[in-house]
Amino acid sequence: MNWVLVPQQVINGLLNGGTLALIALGIVLIFKSSEVFNFAAGHMVMLGAFLTWMFAGGEGTGEELFKLPLWAAVIAASIVAIGIGFLIERLALRPMTGQPLLAIILMTLGLSQVMEGVTTVAYGVQPKGNFPAPFSPSDAFNIPVPPVNGASIVFLDRLQIGHARLATFVVAIIAAVLFILFFQYTKTGLAMRATSENHELAQSMGIKVSRVFGWSWAIAGIVATLGGVLLATLSGVSVSLSTVALVAFPAILLGGLESFPGAIVGGLLVGLAQEIVRASTVVEVRNASDIAPYILLLIILVLRPEGLFGQRRIERI
Amino acid sequence: MAVLRPAGDFDRSYQQDMSILRKPWHLLVTVLAIGVLYLTPFLNSAYITFTLNRIAYTVIALQGLNFLTGFTGQISLGQAGFMLVGGYASALVSTYWGLPIWLAIPFAALATGGVGLLFGLPSLRVKGFYLAMATLAAQFIIPWLTRQPFLADYLGGTKGFIDVPTATIFGVSLGEQSQFVYLSVTVMLIMTVLANNISRTRLGRAFVAIRDNDLAAELLGVNLFSYKLRAFFIAAVFAGVAGALRAHSQRAVGTELGYNLVESVLFLGMLVIGGLGTNLGPYLGGIFVILVSDFALWFGPRLAEIFPSNAAALQSSFRPIFFGMVLVLFLIFEPRGMAHRWTLIKAAWRLRPFAR
Repeated sequence: MNWVLVPQQVINGLLNGGTLALIALGIVLIFKSSEVFNFAAGHMVMLGAFLTWMFAGGEGTGEELFKLPLWAAVIAASIVAIGIGFLIERLALRPMTGQPLLAIILMTLGLSQVMEGVTTVAYGVQPKGNFPAPFSPSDAFNIPVPPVNGASIVFLDRLQIGHARLATFVVAIIAAVLFILFFQYTKTGLAMRATSENHELAQSMGIKVSRVFGWSWAIAGIVATLGGVLLATLSGVSVSLSTVALVAFPAILLGGLESFPGAIVGGLLVGLAQEIVRASTVVEVRNASDIAPYILLLIILVLRPEGLFGQRRIERI
Repeated sequence: MAVLRPAGDFDRSYQQDMSILRKPWHLLVTVLAIGVLYLTPFLNSAYITFTLNRIAYTVIALQGLNFLTGFTGQISLGQAGFMLVGGYASALVSTYWGLPIWLAIPFAALATGGVGLLFGLPSLRVKGFYLAMATLAAQFIIPWLTRQPFLADYLGGTKGFIDVPTATIFGVSLGEQSQFVYLSVTVMLIMTVLANNISRTRLGRAFVAIRDNDLAAELLGVNLFSYKLRAFFIAAVFAGVAGALRAHSQRAVGTELGYNLVESVLFLGMLVIGGLGTNLGPYLGGIFVILVSDFALWFGPRLAEIFPSNAAALQSSFRPIFFGMVLVLFLIFEPRGMAHRWTLIKAAWRLRPFAR
């Protein structure tokens, strides 16, 4: 193991973890309000990325329907994602209220399959190009940041922060903080938190619980779209984005299922673990960083199933 | 199970009470059905024999998953990963040790069972959703391990194990799909008898008790951890047999051929569509979903002819759409699966003309 590289890997890992944290936030949001664990989150991420790509006037489609600037495309895609979120909640998850865990998990898995197929029909099997990262030389948001040493900022002589990575991290963290503020200070956010505490009590205080479920899916749609765009700035828009987003599951379990700060910390830690493992090629192991989050997941499950910030449930096994 | 019987239909011995084939005509129908299965190679249809082989190993994998998820209630997202273990184990022992197929399959079953026990260990600490995540980890770790370069000399790396030896029984080579049907149908029948008997003996009843109320089950003397591990072991053994059959019928095994998370989801979906916790469910669900997938594979290219501009995307994308839609509709409208519908139909016939 090359110890000189470790600080650099730590930086890269934390920066990559930002996007994971955002995706994890979307899953925790739905789990908190309706106790549905959204296995379709990865596919919502992928769908959001494809929608943004389409609204931004993606090349290769033949006829370009839209030609929006990236920020407008993200907003347009988010609006579509809100609609999809409401539809999923109303048509698929509402009938499942009170059904056993397996049925609900399978429902989200079935939805993920439908989304995968529909995305392939709509956008083809070919991977699309990357999104331009905000703050990068090919800047889509036109934010003037002086490019230091080409594509990355260098400090302490050796450590560098890639512009694209930094940008995705900053956007992800800003979005995460915005969502947490939303839950602290707005009426809808308060209603959601009340619902997550106790459905009957929230209902009796005049909160329409079913509408809160719908809202949580809609907001999860926005979060997934943002996460998808950020992932796609680094790895390109393709169907495999859904598997990249699967790494958010270990992040959630690490942070604790019910905790927003936990989701963020978990996302950062999982990103960190992936990069550290990628750096430490002690043995001839290929793609060890793909599997590191799941090894971590098994360790968490055995040592501390409730995660770092989750509620400890007293439950006999 | 308390079944309404017509008047005059009673048992004279315990043996008769326990028998599965209760009437002479049950035996006749069973023998005829098995006979039809063994005669399918004479139809000379490549599609039918190929599909029959797929159905055989799918049904076996589903029967295993049914013990874990249907009877014991432990959600597993790793059945395809366990199948991969079975496939590799059988391919390895029949290549390097030259074991005949009738020894290679049990060996693969036991090896997979061991791996299943390993990944069943988290059930000591967690259950429900958390356990599903542990099996998800298995589904990622096993295929990843088989692709490693340091194992590539034995497992074939990312390309997988190509040239799995042809199965040979009594000196007859079963290389063709039409010949392999004899083996796969035989193994499927053996595993079906096994599954039926496990489900109605002490083990199966303990599984159902754990599913319905784990605290009550423990109070009744069912050692939860031990029985959950047994459920994992049985699920993995069936997956190992299924994987071995699949490896020898496809003559290759590896992550190139599937065995991924989508397939594990497919298995869970088939089980729910067929009917969780029923012995008929694996058959109904497996056959139905395989036929739906094949219809999607037929439908995609037809649609691609109409819309040639989007042909590449249309050809493959209807399998997930059809499967997802079927699963979603079943979960909403028939959550107990096709087996439940079948019992309703049977009851209606039995009670005719008093039932609708």
